[in-house]
Amino acid sequence: MIGRLANPARFMRFSAAVLPWLAGATAVCLGIGLYLSLVAAPPDYQQGESVRIMFIHVPAAWMALQTYLLMAVASGVALVWRHPLAEIAAQAAAPIGAAFTFVCLATGSLWGRPMWGTWWVWDARLTSVLVLFFLYLGYIALANAFDDATRGGRAASMLALVGVVNLPIIKFSVDWWNTLHQPASVMRLGGPTIDQSMLVPLLVMALSFCLLFAALLLLRMRTALNERKVRALRLNEVARATGEEPLPGAAVLSR
Amino acid sequence: MSGLSAYFAMGGYAVFVWPAYAIAVAVLGGLVAVSWRRYRASAAALREIEAQPWRRRQGGGE
Repeated sequence: MIGRLANPARFMRFSAAVLPWLAGATAVCLGIGLYLSLVAAPPDYQQGESVRIMFIHVPAAWMALQTYLLMAVASGVALVWRHPLAEIAAQAAAPIGAAFTFVCLATGSLWGRPMWGTWWVWDARLTSVLVLFFLYLGYIALANAFDDATRGGRAASMLALVGVVNLPIIKFSVDWWNTLHQPASVMRLGGPTIDQSMLVPLLVMALSFCLLFAALLLLRMRTALNERKVRALRLNEVARATGEEPLPGAAVLSR
Repeated sequence: MSGLSAYFAMGGYAVFVWPAYAIAVAVLGGLVAVSWRRYRASAAALREIEAQPWRRRQGGGE
């Protein structure tokens, strides 16, 4: 299926058909998730109502990691096979990942203040997630830093691959080092240690964030393909006006 | 304190819970708005350039 979709024209047709459904599913799931998190879920016996921050903080953190993983895999595919859609996917994912990471950091800070007594500590978990945020920003800056988009894309892809080393550091930071941050309570061997009444809202919110990510990714990839095609057609137009042969790459893209 | 005002007080954690949700809505909603606007602009630019006369003469476009 990935192979069939890897053709830009086919991708445009597929994404046009899927996007409205994805957007609708995101809205419905997010509505249910917000109701469960803000109304239905009980207050924690120790943390009281402040536990409601978890329902956005934890899914945002999961998405921050998963988006980076997807971006790194797509960057690897772009570097090895030079597939045009792979780089477009990675560059479309980066701002979404940065947004999720920012939400994770900000909500974590708002949760840390009442629970830990501090907005921020320079411990392993918090610092490694901050590094993840800067990796996203560095990737976006690098991809746009060159006049030649191909060179920028390759440099950014390499940064994305090198940055993968940060993912296990984030995941295991709570086990490897002493930190204020609690260890994993859902994604752990032996099953979740969190009560059903809180696990269900958490998973519904996680699903909503996944759907939102997929919808945004397709939308941003479609935008990038449109913009690429417009650029190619403009180049072609200039070539015609000056009496030169149209660029072969432009001809392929405008087909 | 009862009913709605008790709910909005979030057991004394209102100043932490509501800003957390507000930030999430602002950041993710903002990204959706920016992405959607840029998508509309890109689609309009493509329609415009594909409607140019020199392309129609050639039978270009899709």
